[in-house]
Amino acid sequence: MYYLLIFENTFTIIETEKKIIRSSKKFSDIVFENLTLLFAITIIVIVVFICFEMFKDSAISREKFGFGFITSEKWDSVKSDYGALTFVYGTVVSSIIALLIALPISIGVAVFLTELANSITKTTVSFLIEILAAIPSIIYGFWGIFVLAPFMRTSVQPALQSTLGFIPLFQGATAGFGLLTAGIILAIMITPIITSITRDVLKAIPVSQREAAYALGSTKWEAIKMALLNAKSGILGATILGLGRAVGETMAVTMVIGNKAQIKESLFEPAYSMASVIANEFAEASGGLHVSALIEVGLILFGVTFIINSLARILIYSFTRKAQAR
Amino acid sequence: MTDYYSMIKNNSGRRKIKSRIMLTLCVTAAMLAILPLVYIFFYTTIQGASSLNLEFFTELPKPVGETGGGMANAIVGTLTLVGLGSLFGIPVGIMAGIYVTEYSKSLFANIIKFVTDVLSGIPSIIIGIFAYGVIVIPMQRFSAYAGGFALGLLMIPTVTRITEEMLKLVPHTIREAALALGIPRWKTTIMIVLRTASSGIITGILLAIARAAGETAPLLFTSFGNSFWSSSLDGPIASIPVQIFNYAISPYDEWHRKAWAGAFVLIALVFIVSLIVRLATRNKFSQSA
Repeated sequence: MYYLLIFENTFTIIETEKKIIRSSKKFSDIVFENLTLLFAITIIVIVVFICFEMFKDSAISREKFGFGFITSEKWDSVKSDYGALTFVYGTVVSSIIALLIALPISIGVAVFLTELANSITKTTVSFLIEILAAIPSIIYGFWGIFVLAPFMRTSVQPALQSTLGFIPLFQGATAGFGLLTAGIILAIMITPIITSITRDVLKAIPVSQREAAYALGSTKWEAIKMALLNAKSGILGATILGLGRAVGETMAVTMVIGNKAQIKESLFEPAYSMASVIANEFAEASGGLHVSALIEVGLILFGVTFIINSLARILIYSFTRKAQAR
Repeated sequence: MTDYYSMIKNNSGRRKIKSRIMLTLCVTAAMLAILPLVYIFFYTTIQGASSLNLEFFTELPKPVGETGGGMANAIVGTLTLVGLGSLFGIPVGIMAGIYVTEYSKSLFANIIKFVTDVLSGIPSIIIGIFAYGVIVIPMQRFSAYAGGFALGLLMIPTVTRITEEMLKLVPHTIREAALALGIPRWKTTIMIVLRTASSGIITGILLAIARAAGETAPLLFTSFGNSFWSSSLDGPIASIPVQIFNYAISPYDEWHRKAWAGAFVLIALVFIVSLIVRLATRNKFSQSA
């Protein structure tokens, strides 16, 4: 009986001690976990809040112009008549030019980095590409004004005109500032992101596949081509991500696109993009409707980049999962 | 399926030449991609270094027509804005990164990762509009707070991502060892896991800071800019990128030279930080290997 009592006592003491330890652990842990949760949720709240703000602040313009806002070419702050078509056009065309130039180059660099370069060249080139991605866009724009645009005016555009001048895209005055120059600047700026993701995607393709191709007597390029074909959904994802960057790029485009709200056939003509009209007019916007219209342009831009980026992420994510499963 | 037999039977010399040509094109692509970087780097250095002197770092901008003057207020302004941004962006980024790797169930972690990706994909000009809407309008004036807030928002995704990546590199055995010694989970996370990953996270933060220092678009209508010393944070404040923009689109040669000097400072910052990050991560990988 006596022994049993001692035994029971010790038992309860141990139990309560355990409880104390466990509960104290749990309490501080719960506090910390919820603290980190709070910050994680902050990010979600911010993104939702950004959507809400853009939507709310563009209300005046959305109510006044409706869907016609996207299809109207007019942008007149004197008559208070606003439409976004010219800016959508400028953004879309300059981004497409950028992709057409950046994609083949990026794939080439990625192949070079994964398949051809020795380790020193690989490190150097990927380091330089990283810096290319980190250079502020204001510097690209500045360089564009003083180096690229004059070079386009004096050399590239006349050359294009004399060889491909029969196509309307390459006709008209060669001003230097315009869609083509903006597209080239964008191409330089999005090459790093497309390159780095394509490189990762290529790395995820098992070496055994290329070895099998070599064993069957294929040349190096044929083996690489097969890897590229297998990686195509990942590369598509990289391309779309690059597109997202190009669409949202502001300063560099603003400085070289010419900032003229017009839709012309020629790529040499100045144009205007969604991001650059906001950058140029927002601080000096006249009246509530003007600001609201600019924010609606921003809302369109936000929607477009959101769709583009989500699509890219889904493609890249599903590709890497598939590659890991293989 | 490719018919490999006929591939081999085909003229292999032609295939080899094609292979050679395509591989040469890849090398050309690599050179072509680096060309603009080299050009921009040297051009900025040549244009900028000549007007880079002590005055540039200590003097206020001079009006048009007067020679001399510097960007001292813009340099201090950029430091202030980046500092404000860091105060907001770094804690949020690190804590969210910890939550995603250490606590979250996979579905919620994926949601947060997705939203972080969305945030990093939002064009910086839109972040500017947002900061304008939530800070400039209620305060009725451009302010350093608004600019810092915008920069902080832009830093969050980078910091979250890098924290996540670095915490993932910490082996599970280290966490288990700490927990087995009876150390509470939160202490394990802060004192052991975070400390192990700290060098990687710090380099990531450096990268985020360098990026934020070069941002222009979100500052145009949040911190705006001025040409004198700012005495308080709730008024407009100058910054290097906005100053470069204003100078670059001006017609004055003297201002262009100043802008090149500013551009040189920014490029040097980016270059040095990238180099540090490179060296730090290389050590990290060789240690783990």
